[in-house]
Amino acid sequence: MGGNHDLPSLPGYKGEALKILREAEAQAGDLIRIFKDGTSYEGVLMPRSEYGDERHIVIKIRSGYNIGVRVTADTRVEKVGAGAKVTFKPPPPPKQRPNLPRVSILSTGGTIASRVDYRTGAVRPAISAEDLYSIVPELSDIAVIETEVIFSLFSEDLTPKHWTRIAETVAKRIGEGVDGVVITHGTDTMAYTAAALSFALQDLPVPVVLVGAQRSEDRPSSDAALNLIGAVSAAAEAPFAEVVVAMHETVSDNAVAFHRGTKVRKCHTSRRDAFKSVNVNPLARLADGQLTMLTEDYRKRDHDRELTLKPNFDERVALIKFYPGMNPRLIDLYVDLGYRGLILEGTGLGHVGRKCFPSIRKAVERGLIVAMASQCIWGRVNMNVYTNGRDLLALGVIPLGDMLAETALVKLMWALGETDDPEEAKALLRTNMAGEVSARSIYI
Amino acid sequence: MSKQLNYSKIGLLVGLECHQQLATRTKLFCSCKPRLFKGEPKVTFLRRLRPTQSELGQVDPAAYFEFKKGVRILYEADNETSCLVEMDEEPPHPLNPEALEVALTVALMMNAKPVDEIHVMRKTVIDGSNTTGFQRTCVVALNGSIEVEGKAVPIEHISLEEDAARKTGAEGFEIRYRIDRLGIPLIEVTTGPVIQSPREAQRVALAIGRILRATKKVRRGIGTIRQDLNISIRDGALIEIKGVQELELISKVVEYEAKRQLGLLEIRDELKKRGVTEDEIRGEFHNATELFKKTKCRVLRKAINQGKRVLAVKLPKFSGLLGREIAPGMRLGREMADRARFWGRVGGIFHTDELPAYGVTEGEVDRLKRLLKAGPEDAVVFVADTLENAADALRAVVERAKEALRGVPEETRAANPDGTTRYMRPRPGAARMYPETDIPPIQITEEYLQELASRLPELPEEAVKRLMVEYDLNEKLAKQLVDSEYLGLFEDTVRKAQRVSPTVVAATLTETLKALRRDGVDVEEVSDEQILEVFRLVDSGRTTKEAIPEIITWLAEHKDGTVEEAVKELGLTVISGDELRSLVDRVVYENEAVVKERGEGAFGFLMGVIMKRYRGRLDAKVVSELLKERLKSLYRG
Repeated sequence: MGGNHDLPSLPGYKGEALKILREAEAQAGDLIRIFKDGTSYEGVLMPRSEYGDERHIVIKIRSGYNIGVRVTADTRVEKVGAGAKVTFKPPPPPKQRPNLPRVSILSTGGTIASRVDYRTGAVRPAISAEDLYSIVPELSDIAVIETEVIFSLFSEDLTPKHWTRIAETVAKRIGEGVDGVVITHGTDTMAYTAAALSFALQDLPVPVVLVGAQRSEDRPSSDAALNLIGAVSAAAEAPFAEVVVAMHETVSDNAVAFHRGTKVRKCHTSRRDAFKSVNVNPLARLADGQLTMLTEDYRKRDHDRELTLKPNFDERVALIKFYPGMNPRLIDLYVDLGYRGLILEGTGLGHVGRKCFPSIRKAVERGLIVAMASQCIWGRVNMNVYTNGRDLLALGVIPLGDMLAETALVKLMWALGETDDPEEAKALLRTNMAGEVSARSIYI
Repeated sequence: MSKQLNYSKIGLLVGLECHQQLATRTKLFCSCKPRLFKGEPKVTFLRRLRPTQSELGQVDPAAYFEFKKGVRILYEADNETSCLVEMDEEPPHPLNPEALEVALTVALMMNAKPVDEIHVMRKTVIDGSNTTGFQRTCVVALNGSIEVEGKAVPIEHISLEEDAARKTGAEGFEIRYRIDRLGIPLIEVTTGPVIQSPREAQRVALAIGRILRATKKVRRGIGTIRQDLNISIRDGALIEIKGVQELELISKVVEYEAKRQLGLLEIRDELKKRGVTEDEIRGEFHNATELFKKTKCRVLRKAINQGKRVLAVKLPKFSGLLGREIAPGMRLGREMADRARFWGRVGGIFHTDELPAYGVTEGEVDRLKRLLKAGPEDAVVFVADTLENAADALRAVVERAKEALRGVPEETRAANPDGTTRYMRPRPGAARMYPETDIPPIQITEEYLQELASRLPELPEEAVKRLMVEYDLNEKLAKQLVDSEYLGLFEDTVRKAQRVSPTVVAATLTETLKALRRDGVDVEEVSDEQILEVFRLVDSGRTTKEAIPEIITWLAEHKDGTVEEAVKELGLTVISGDELRSLVDRVVYENEAVVKERGEGAFGFLMGVIMKRYRGRLDAKVVSELLKERLKSLYRG
């Protein structure tokens, strides 16, 4: 969105349409009349989508419908009246109850923390405490909320540098003594950020909850409200002190699942329950206002525990998905680019074709850390079963057990961010830091 | 209230919104079949719809009230008739071009101007009938006009929108909707508010329906065409009445609504005369539970036994006005009950205008009036439910009483099958239409419109004329056929079953089906292909035209049955050859006396006996030949 910087009065308009509107001295929001082909159309001038062409003017006619009117040689526009100034007056926020737990909500962008400005068509962040309270008044019964916008980005535009900033901000808030932190986030890469924070924020005293929405908040059917209620409830009161993702458990609006940050993956493009815990059960769930732990194996909330912040990531790590016929030169390319680590997303139990072996050998010899996760998503790599696997082990490829490939990428970036010593980084990679690997494969 | 109203004198103005489901191959925003399913749902899911703020930060009060009370919606689905799009689990697919073409065709037939660029909008609807909380809708054309009996009726909008889910039940705070109907394309034709009498409203609706059917792309059967009526009289209010499913009902609904508004205005004047002010209607609720402890009224006793309370409120100087019939079956008391049901979720209310009755005694009424310090000119309304529900219900009653002082309250009402209406919800605010950002605008080119204009379907009047000439149908049948939605099937059948007379086909598709429907046969269950197959069998002489109603009835009752099976099961295969010969012989023998008496003159009588006994299984022409032959030989012999 955005892109309307140069002409805020006529957002989105270009070319012929812009020219004729300028001549009529019309602005978005004005009542205008368009004459053409012997008829006329009257309505409120609306902004044009920036993907729209240059030949149509969009007006909202009296019945509330929008229509686009094509500008032709004989089209004339007349401004009938200035637009009524639209002011957004949110309902008064509910009363704060000072003895409730304190929760900090940090906004990074995405569907959950945005609302459409119907006059300009732009999406603006809705993240002041007042905004949130007015959207989800129930929050005021759960916690005293303080909010901060760290940045406002689609999650696919985030980089490891943003993870660092988020981690530092969370650490600051926790240092100030909040009872929990909620991070609103676009869902596309929320699982990567969750993994990154899991490694960067060690010895957490309180919960850090990432939350998103698959349906924007301005729709009556949005999943944002329930997810937010779940996230704030967990931040305020959950017994665990871990980085988790809070999203719908099913397609129904009755339960929120909390997934461990290192074991969660977005597994559906559009469903509310897109996020799934992989190879483990979710950590907890919230239904009917009741939070239930689903495992006994978790770090407990403890205000007195001292947070250790390790927020550095080295971006010179790549995730390479093997596929039939993959050109081994792709691996060489990363080596030549000076990369320090490669996560191979291999087939099945952890394999790549033999054609790739020379390139992998070269990478290892050049000092790159090369590790293996599986593209099957579910299950554990085991490279002792087939010859190819054994040969890869012999080349120095590190098997990563039941770790998710995305988590493995983030972890290696973090390990290499923490240390310049490859051996030390390898040791970190092999150590369970934040529940990213489990020794047992339970049947789910 | 049976007096004929002078509609022009009371300033009646009616506008129609005619909604017709389209028979496209897929739904409007996904590739599901536009069909309904029966039986148990394979998928259910639970949702809550949260009222969102308008661009001004306002929240619709009715919607927010529902939400706060914890209303939940249980949706039912199966995998044939809906997908993730209807579940609001996937963004909509692009607008169905087939549906758009039908809408544009209708627009051109109604002389409307298609818009250059179509913008799909979201119209907020949060009663649960749309999983998204809004209905997707777009204006396709503006400013049309049709001629109805010499008068030009302006067509303001022609729109394309998705049909809503259908309600299948409600229990407490849980409403059930089935999402099979959600997303079926609907064309909406909106007239200007220029209609001045109930009869005219019906005629305009009929004319619109005829044009829609002329596209041969409309669905048929109960519920596939629905009219919303916008009705006002001078000094009254604009009332939107939703969901009139039968054409025949339109004039009645308009008439009743005009009377209702007049009746409410009379009540307003009467209240003024009695000197009631809004401040006087105070809304102080009294707990009257104790008073009804020993009541013989079963409803009240049951409620009290369940630990519920009886709350009562006085309506000063309203005596006699709650029970007064303002239109057939409609009273102010009933309007209050509708409001109480909506806002308080109660079963109903009691009011003193209708008491003593229902087991409530005169003594109880007297004591109640004393408790509320109500005089003979006052009315008392009471309700038995939980304290919260009862209070909500009475608050709604008091609000409605205050509105009675002002006249006719603006509201959305729903039509009942008998032509009366009931309160549905407050009229939604104006600002409830937002752009559907998931669907890019669609540009309509001049070339496309010219192409469509060159192949418009024939207008209904032209079709009637052509049918009369081409197929030798009488005017009545031709008109019925054009109005029936079966014109396409008729022409198909006549082409493929050439030995069956077009008149028989036309009569079957109109009169026969209508008669069957009246007898409760679910004719809609029988597909076009099946009907065509029936005619083919008649065509090939394997069954007779007399057997058609029975076969169609059987098919309607046997969902997976074939036409062949129907004929076999019903024993309707044609009797021919030796079997027929011996049958004729038998009947002649049985009626020997008549034959002896009348000789060959007995033919008519015997023919009647045979056809009556074996109707549907005989070819009359063959029987007649055989019988003549037989009589001739007998006579000679």
